[in-house]
Amino acid sequence: MASLHVLANPARFRRFSQRVLPALSVVTALALAVGLWLALIESPPDYQQGETVRIMFIHVPSAWLSMMGYGLLAALGASLLVWRHPLAALMARGAAPVGAVFAAVCLLTGSLWGRPMWGTYWVWDARLTSMLLLFFLYLGHIALSRAYDDSERGDRAAAILALVGVINLPVIKFSVDWWNTLHQPASVMKLGGPSIDPSILTPLLVMAVALLLLFIVLVMLRTETEIDRRRLEAAEMAL
Amino acid sequence: MTGFSALLARDLRLVWRRPGDVMVVLAFFVVATVLFPLGIGPETNLLARIAAGILWCAALFAALLSLERLFAADYEDGALDLLLLAPWPLELAALAKCLAHWIVTGLPLALLAPLMGLLFGLSGEALWAVAATLLVGTPALSLIGGLAAALTLGARRGGALLALLALPLCVPTLIFGAGAVEAVAIGEGFLTHLAILGALALLSLATLPWAIAAALRQAGE
Amino acid sequence: MVNHTPFIVGAYIVALLGFGGLVIASLVARRRIKRELSARGLSGERVRR
Repeated sequence: MASLHVLANPARFRRFSQRVLPALSVVTALALAVGLWLALIESPPDYQQGETVRIMFIHVPSAWLSMMGYGLLAALGASLLVWRHPLAALMARGAAPVGAVFAAVCLLTGSLWGRPMWGTYWVWDARLTSMLLLFFLYLGHIALSRAYDDSERGDRAAAILALVGVINLPVIKFSVDWWNTLHQPASVMKLGGPSIDPSILTPLLVMAVALLLLFIVLVMLRTETEIDRRRLEAAEMAL
Repeated sequence: MTGFSALLARDLRLVWRRPGDVMVVLAFFVVATVLFPLGIGPETNLLARIAAGILWCAALFAALLSLERLFAADYEDGALDLLLLAPWPLELAALAKCLAHWIVTGLPLALLAPLMGLLFGLSGEALWAVAATLLVGTPALSLIGGLAAALTLGARRGGALLALLALPLCVPTLIFGAGAVEAVAIGEGFLTHLAILGALALLSLATLPWAIAAALRQAGE
Repeated sequence: MVNHTPFIVGAYIVALLGFGGLVIASLVARRRIKRELSARGLSGERVRR
């Protein structure tokens, strides 16, 4: 835990990040290469869903990571409001667009998966609808944090929003689930199909790890930028 | 408790002096509701099916309209700073303001909506469902909206941002509120939905005043 | 049965554009801010003790 507190200092984080990021990026690229090879070439087509299962290898990890990303925003928000960690605000600013992009990729790949599977580009199933709402929550966080001339005010407002949002997320998921089961059409198609075959599990997990590494790399990179941007702001105000 | 009732009385008195503010919101609700049949067509079966959703969405938008001014007037004339320094908890002040908002917005909407429901061919138990669910559901909307208003005090594009923040959080209330009328249509009662709406209202009550107070505090800094 | 290949290709292109675009945008922003900082003489490499 002591190391985490060390990192809470923006300057220290910046030094840490600059040391670690190049190597981590290489590892990420390798992981992505392996994952993509497994996903596209090595794994056989699923006997039920055919080749389209390959879309799952991006769609599912993106969903996981966008949800994890929002949890991160909430944790950073708490960190900012309760312990006033100076890095928390800057990392939240950097991380929010990353989570939003993962959510968007999840939605778009889900849509492209839906067309061959159920014949329609958008399916109001519980998961996609919840993900759409999560995407809106991300947009709100991004917009709110940048809506004030005083950046710190924006940071704290977004932090409150993230905490309220994270409590709301299970409620939203519950309500959308309920709404969806009630309105499900006669021909029920269950997302995800039967239990996951090992030949599907391996590429999925590898892609999940690779995309997680990508997430981390992006957050670190963007946090560095936010640290510098805040220093620039401080310098401009001192003039 | 004196602070709570004092603040509530003050806000209600302010609205009493300018009833036009409330009337505009209700008028918007009526106009917005009427637009839908005009846009969709007068087929009675279709209208009866979508009535609940339309009434609830229109109520949501109407409630949002009046939220921007919830804290803005106090923020501008310095009354918010006084509230921050007052001896009573800021959470109670936040609650008082949301309650005032509900009394002048949610409550009238809950009473007006069944009348609009008649235009959509709803009858009997469905109308009761509309009224009851709006009555129980709109307090949560006032609290969520109050949070969005506090978070966007003094922000650029405050009005649009407020809606962007509030609407996703209002989705659970919307789903169960509108769903109640559908439940009536298929023969089930709407009591389960009402109970869930009540639970959502209690959850909002238990968490949001603190969030609103936190937002007000850092608006005042 | 609809041919699945365009959708699979499409999905991977979406991922490439989305993630790749984000990586590029983040790198560009990083570079721009760094340049502005060093232009003001705050290279960011000096550490005040």
